Amino acid sequence: MKDPVLEIRDLNVDYGLGDQAVHAVRDVSLTLHRGEVLGLAGESGSGKSTLAYGLTRLLPPPGVIRGGQVIYHPAAGPAYDVMALSHAELRAFRWAETSIVFQGAMNSLNPVYKVSTQLLDVIRAHEPRMPASARLARARELLRLVGIAADRMDSYPHQLSGGMRQRVMIGMALALEPQIVIMDEPTTALDVVMQRQILRQLIELRERLGFSVLFITHDLSLLVEFSDRIAIMYGGRIVEEAPAPALYRDSLHPYSDGLLHSFPALRGERRELTGIPGSPPDLRNMPTGCSFHPRCSKAFEPCPDRVPVLGHPRTPDGRTRTVACWLHPATG
Amino acid sequence: MKYLLQRIAFYLFTMWAAITLNFFIPRMIPGDPVQAMIARFQGQMSTQAVASLYVLFGLDKKQSIWADYRGYWIQLFHGDLGLSFTFFPAPVSQVLAQSLPWTVALVGVTTLLSFMIGTMLGVFAGWRRGSWVDGLLPATTFLSSIPYFWLGLIAIALLAGPGSFFPSSGGYDPGLVPAFDGYFIPSAIRHSLLPALTILVSSVSGWILSMRNMMVTVASEDYITVAHAKGLSEKRVMFGYAARNALLPNVSGFALALGFIVGGTLLVEIVFSYPGLGYQLFQAVGAKDYPLMQGIFLIITLSVLLANLLADVAYLALDPRTRKEG
Ligand SMILES: Nc1ncnc2c1ncn2[C@@H]1O[C@H](COP(=O)(O)OP(=O)(O)OP(=O)(O)O)[C@@H](O)[C@H]1O
Ligand SMILES: [Mg+2]
Repeated sequence: MKDPVLEIRDLNVDYGLGDQAVHAVRDVSLTLHRGEVLGLAGESGSGKSTLAYGLTRLLPPPGVIRGGQVIYHPAAGPAYDVMALSHAELRAFRWAETSIVFQGAMNSLNPVYKVSTQLLDVIRAHEPRMPASARLARARELLRLVGIAADRMDSYPHQLSGGMRQRVMIGMALALEPQIVIMDEPTTALDVVMQRQILRQLIELRERLGFSVLFITHDLSLLVEFSDRIAIMYGGRIVEEAPAPALYRDSLHPYSDGLLHSFPALRGERRELTGIPGSPPDLRNMPTGCSFHPRCSKAFEPCPDRVPVLGHPRTPDGRTRTVACWLHPATG
Repeated sequence: MKYLLQRIAFYLFTMWAAITLNFFIPRMIPGDPVQAMIARFQGQMSTQAVASLYVLFGLDKKQSIWADYRGYWIQLFHGDLGLSFTFFPAPVSQVLAQSLPWTVALVGVTTLLSFMIGTMLGVFAGWRRGSWVDGLLPATTFLSSIPYFWLGLIAIALLAGPGSFFPSSGGYDPGLVPAFDGYFIPSAIRHSLLPALTILVSSVSGWILSMRNMMVTVASEDYITVAHAKGLSEKRVMFGYAARNALLPNVSGFALALGFIVGGTLLVEIVFSYPGLGYQLFQAVGAKDYPLMQGIFLIITLSVLLANLLADVAYLALDPRTRKEG
């Protein structure tokens, strides 16, 4: 196996405190390896964005991290826990080690500053000793990387199209050559052709620059195409994780199966579109046992009572994948 | 640029309309200013003096109203606003020139101070909700809800009086001659403290509240989260991103407040008998001094228009989205 670059261990994130708290992320453990694209999929409200905000400690109030570790392995030097960093250390960690392209990438640029200002200020904040001319050259280079003409440097965000703004954000995410780029549905606001064009560019860049990507989306077909491994999230928990081809070929969790059948795949054989009956769980009032059991066609005796743990299934490729389902009880 | 020219054209038109109204309204009011003046002097005027008054006020000539109107504009362009009745025979322009600096200095400076202090406090209150600034809010809101008239009177009753540091009325000690010297300036400042303080107290909470609310709104914008994610310093995010954007609506509010400096000081100056334009207006109204009223209204109109123009320019400078290409 490849080296890990980010290990999320038992991360728990709540919105609110005490009895009113909503457990949006529950005991999530997930490992991102160096140079890979890890896809994270799940229905709306399953906690994908919360996980991304949580592991960078960017949760807006009333979000709180209730527990867990996020171990980061820098390119050189010992690993450390992001959750234990001081404010100053955290500021230095952000963007330089892990950058994010947010779900609302359309509104991620400050409307009153030029694109160049916003590209330059992050470089200046992290590399104050770099000469101004070098910073400028870097900013131009970044725009070129994402296919935007350098004369757009002096544009204001409202003068750019949605796709261009998204590209600017992707370029900005690479400004400090971070090890990890988190992408939270970076392209959902775009049309399908544009989405794929941007993603293809991103994958190309990754091969050249060698960063890892945590790619969040609810469009599983996109992940099957672009990611190395896929994790499926349901009701705040990871319910299955597997290499992309394996998940596509034979998903073990009935929920993954349902998700795969909710989207028409652009490539490969035609699949029947069935979708998942019922609606996503209410986080304030989660079902007992496996939270998916009320919607699951294969639910049986243990499902309503006991929560299945995420573990390696007894399948031939069992060592490379994990699932939390009573149909495939964990080994060991 | 085109947008700005459009706005300027609009303001010029408004100015024309205001000046024209200013010309017609006094002429539609029944009564004769000379008769009013005669009544004021209670018959101690000779018929000769009365006749010369009619000549002086330009009421002797039986010319058409259009010729009058033209003459009015010509006079305006020469800075001639006619003669004041109350300060007869001083020209209105001279009366205005004497009182305007008092108003601008007192209310102009306090408006600016109030805006800056209020905005600054609002930035902190909005950024760190629940901090000590939030605790200040109920108090300032309460103070600003007291009608200004009362606030001024209470301040005078509590703080001013015989032997107190704060004088209760006037702009300077009666014995002094206005001049930029070591006697007059300190006296003028001492007289301005109490009115300035009351204006500040009654206006600052408005700025705090609006800035605080804008900060709260802006703080949840995506680009603020991005600024945090970029690892920018707290100060840079707070001022460079949040406050910078939250300020936009307040800037036009501030420009408008500047426009109301001249018109809005009536109460302050009445309460403190401050020798500014508002007090002058109060006296002019009491004395039916139409030329002086006209002159003051003209200045109020012009300052409001100028402030609007200022707001437009500020917006163009601060918000690129209002700038249209071409
Ligand atoms: N500020 C908040 N207060 C309370 N609950 C919240 C808050 N923000 C999010 N939640 C809840 O947390 C859960 C997870 O939200 P999250 O935004 O992480 O979902 P997501 O998987 O990213 O969905 P989407 O695909 O729509 O972006 C949701 O059920 C949501 O209702
Ligand atoms: Mg989301």
